[in-house]
Amino acid sequence: MQVKRGLAEMMKGGVIMDVVNSDQAKIAEDAGACAVMALERVPADIRRDGGVARMSDPQMIEDIKAAVTIPVMAKARIGHFVEAQILQALGVDYIDESEVLTPADETHHIDKWAFTVPFVCGATNLGEALRRISEGACMIRSKGEAGTGNIVEAVRHLRSIIGDIRKITQADNAELFQWAKTLQAPLPLVQEIAETGWLQVPLFCAGGIATPADAALAMQLGAQAVFVGSGIFKSDDPSPRAKAIVEATTHFRDADILAKVSRGLGAPMTGIGMDEINQTQRFAERGW
Amino acid sequence: MNAAQPAPCIGVLALQGAFTAHEDALRSLHVATRQVRTPADLARVAALVMPGGESTTMARLLETSQMFDELSARISAGMPVFGTCAGMILLAKEVLDGRTDQRSFGAIDIGVRRNGYGRQVDSFETDVEVSGLDRPFHAVFIRAPKVVTTGTAVEVLATHDGVPVLARQGHIMVASFHPEITADARLHQMFLQHNGFTTEHRSTSTERG
Repeated sequence: MQVKRGLAEMMKGGVIMDVVNSDQAKIAEDAGACAVMALERVPADIRRDGGVARMSDPQMIEDIKAAVTIPVMAKARIGHFVEAQILQALGVDYIDESEVLTPADETHHIDKWAFTVPFVCGATNLGEALRRISEGACMIRSKGEAGTGNIVEAVRHLRSIIGDIRKITQADNAELFQWAKTLQAPLPLVQEIAETGWLQVPLFCAGGIATPADAALAMQLGAQAVFVGSGIFKSDDPSPRAKAIVEATTHFRDADILAKVSRGLGAPMTGIGMDEINQTQRFAERGW
Repeated sequence: MNAAQPAPCIGVLALQGAFTAHEDALRSLHVATRQVRTPADLARVAALVMPGGESTTMARLLETSQMFDELSARISAGMPVFGTCAGMILLAKEVLDGRTDQRSFGAIDIGVRRNGYGRQVDSFETDVEVSGLDRPFHAVFIRAPKVVTTGTAVEVLATHDGVPVLARQGHIMVASFHPEITADARLHQMFLQHNGFTTEHRSTSTERG
């Protein structure tokens, strides 16, 4: 268990970047990414193209694994345990059971205990996070709204998860039963949070980070590392932006350094307002 | 600024990685700790722990934070440093399979192969016998670096399958595994005591659960 959960500890304070080929993977590694997420299309393109989004071609994942020395993650569809089996066989370092891909099962998530490779799962609230942990997730990330370049949903999810953790630490024993019921989460996990004051696994931020300030905002709100999806390679000049986001994630409380690294990065990705996306096209709604 | 510090402060390099876990281990020994992200932070610590994480990420951030040269000078001047996993890679004299532009401090005469034990699917945990400890230490290896050469001045404190996994040379100590994530602070205590720092003996209460 420490082997599976430990890798997330090693990624704390770091930036995990979405890449679609080995050239981008090298740019990410050069910029100081602590891991890369190998996928065929970044979320912004998945959103634009529509259709069914699936696990990436194993050849493309192999190419990225060969190109870099840092950990390589890849995405499987929610509930698609065979995609996960294939990714484990490929030797990826982490599997993201991701709402960005089209769900394969509208009731069940993957039984993540059945795997030796660790999983990260998205969550919009504490109940969802604890359900994923009970299924064996070793890392939780906010879902945010991927591919929008808009941080608002990730902020909502982080505030909801961390705010409820704070409230649970103040609850008495009788109230914990009610919390478990309200959150639709296993009672022992709720009781554990009341004792330790934190989730059983690290909490990272994902979904909508486009600038160094966005990354530092997530960190100051309590995220322990950040995922950047479309925000780097959909911007005007990916390499300096990637480096700046890495520095901002390390020095997230140092406004002088944040001001310095935010300069002259060119245009960030064009964002999307949440009112421009109707409910059925929101990735964060996927997951049960 | 120049006021004498009441107790020596042990720094934890906090650029990226498992630095909070190291802080927890040090706090369990009742020593003062400080996260080190800038040269100003570095100037205020008497020893340093370099955590697990990604060595390429930390190497880059050591440069952008203008700490590489300063830290290198402090190490040469005798500052005690304990490096685990990525921290071991940064302290090693020779790094194999690293990036060609990756700098290391060359503070301990060992050669290491990055990810020498393989990828995450090859990560493992096992008990190792450590010279100086009366009971084995539970060692967690995560995409761990493998020691491939050791100089004559290097004292090997633990091995796994005949390969050194914990080593010391003077004021520098390195582990290819992660003592920070098992809630057992005996190796931190060994590092501090070897370098003349006082710690509170709590040999049973800091065991892993």
